[in-house]
Amino acid sequence: MNNEIKNKLLEIRNLKVVYETDLDTIYAVNGISFELDKGQTLGIVGETGAGKTTTALSILRLLPQDIGKITEGNIIFEGEDLTLVSESMMRKIRGEKISMIFQDPMTSLNPVLSIERQLLEALELHNTQNRDKNQLKARVDEMLELVGIPKNRKHEYPHQFSGGMKQRVVIAMALACNPLLIIADEPTTALDVTIQAQVLSMMKELKEKLGMSMILITHDLGIVAETCDKVAVMYAGEIIESGSIEDIFGREKHHPYTVGLFGSIPNLEIETPRLSPIDGLMPDPTNLPSGCKFHPRCPEAMEICSEELPPIIEYGSHTIVCHKFKKEGGVNEKN
Amino acid sequence: MYRYVIRRLLTLIPILLGIIFLVLFIMSFTPGDPASLLLGQDAPEEAIVQLNTELGYYDPLLVKYAKYIWNALHGDFGLSYRTQKPVFSEIIIRFPVTLKLAFYSVILTAIIGIPLGIISAVKKYKPIDMVCTSCAMVFASLPRFWLGLLLILLFSVELKLLPSNGVGTWKHFVLPVFTLAAPTAANILRLTRSTMLETIRQDYVRTARAKGASERLIIFRHELKNALLPVITSLGVEFGVLLGGAILIETVFSMPGISTLMITSIRMKDTPQVTASIIFFAILVCITMLLVDLIYALIDPRIRSKYIK
Ligand code: SF4
Repeated sequence: MNNEIKNKLLEIRNLKVVYETDLDTIYAVNGISFELDKGQTLGIVGETGAGKTTTALSILRLLPQDIGKITEGNIIFEGEDLTLVSESMMRKIRGEKISMIFQDPMTSLNPVLSIERQLLEALELHNTQNRDKNQLKARVDEMLELVGIPKNRKHEYPHQFSGGMKQRVVIAMALACNPLLIIADEPTTALDVTIQAQVLSMMKELKEKLGMSMILITHDLGIVAETCDKVAVMYAGEIIESGSIEDIFGREKHHPYTVGLFGSIPNLEIETPRLSPIDGLMPDPTNLPSGCKFHPRCPEAMEICSEELPPIIEYGSHTIVCHKFKKEGGVNEKN
Repeated sequence: MYRYVIRRLLTLIPILLGIIFLVLFIMSFTPGDPASLLLGQDAPEEAIVQLNTELGYYDPLLVKYAKYIWNALHGDFGLSYRTQKPVFSEIIIRFPVTLKLAFYSVILTAIIGIPLGIISAVKKYKPIDMVCTSCAMVFASLPRFWLGLLLILLFSVELKLLPSNGVGTWKHFVLPVFTLAAPTAANILRLTRSTMLETIRQDYVRTARAKGASERLIIFRHELKNALLPVITSLGVEFGVLLGGAILIETVFSMPGISTLMITSIRMKDTPQVTASIIFFAILVCITMLLVDLIYALIDPRIRSKYIK
């Protein structure tokens, strides 16, 4: 038990994030909680607009200035609440302890700076060991080799690289300072399918080699099955189901939304006439439905679903937030 | 790179051919003939006709054009009707004044416009931004000659601090340069502000922030270089505009530059002088544009690799 506490790297408690503009308030994240141990990989799954990226940006406190706000909750990283630390402290954490890989490698590198310059920057900003310029440059070469880019290309600029290569550069940049936690926001979505697998297996390998934790944001359950230890399924800013990889992929009981998500992956073994996406659209985040936020789209919705918040049902490490399983004897925490 | 520069210089040829044609074409519409201006209204009819024939005034437009180009190819741009001296000798004497005026103005434009634009963007919607953008609005819409007159009234007539005409000392340049630069600086300020605001939203800025870069580093290393690209192009274009704007300003402040020369020549129907001055301006503007493109390539590796290929 004691050991577990020691190993805990990140804990998010009841996090709520809104985007406030003059016209609307968008409820992007509505009270999510999860934990991540050292060395673990957590997959956050969900459709576009479920609040996955917002969650990631709040951990680094990179929400759009003046608009995005954390209204409630704690983000505890290595025992420190990141919602409370100063901005200059936060700058030390960004890139050094937590780094982020963004979705689109085409736009996430600066077009007018050389690859070397951009990698070097990350190292210079967190040069805690006071290494000199040559040592830092050697480290740049080392990082490039690590992600499979010949070091003689370091003087080139982003436009001279392909999408997959750029994402490798981004990964090298994120790993340069040996962070404890990597947040990868759909790192392969913008890439060609053949390259996706390469980049993904490289990330997995490096993560293990360097002993880091990772939060992998994706909408692809296949990727999650291959890479993650834990999974959290998000819908309308809430985690509606979470558990270990075995819980999600091995057990029978699931939240109706997760069932829908599984349904929308084409299965190679069973012949399906067509993709079966979940009917309907994400709810309007400025005006969320009452009760269970999934009820307008849920094929199993009951009367109570639109009236009462669903309970949290726990089966060991597996939790499902849904009225459907209430009778079956799970532990009810919320109501 | 050299190939590119040479190619660009070669494109000057059709541009100049076109400009010469346009100038001769427009001058052929203006009333009055050179001989009566040269010899005066009272000169005998035959003398005027004879001189006009000598000067080629009665030739059809295309013949004039062909003759002009033929002579120009031999380095002969004609004698000024007014002074009877080769046209370029006059231009060379007056050129430094105009160039100084435009050059100082472009520098002042950059010195005022770019930093204020950056401050405005960084402090968006804060009081300092409001002040900058409203001042920019006022200066961008003021007519230059009027601003010049106001400044003369204030600084020369009322306060007697600065001279209102001539080119003797640096003091003579203060008012004209400021008058010339104010509206352009306002434009550059607004452009810098908007391109900065655009780059602030870019993904690579977020990446830099995720690396832990400080706000200063983000502004100067990541945003500025990208935001300045369109600003530099615009400064090049503004240089052309400033050369043109100098026409009014030289007149308002009675400065002996090319512009005043051009205006006198147009009045006197001194076609060779007008044509030569305009050609001179055209070459100057084209070279500026070329320089701007080269600077662009220096900053933006994407463009650089296009040229080197
Ligand atoms: S609580 Fe009701 S509406 Fe929501 S997922 Fe469960 S069954 Fe569907």
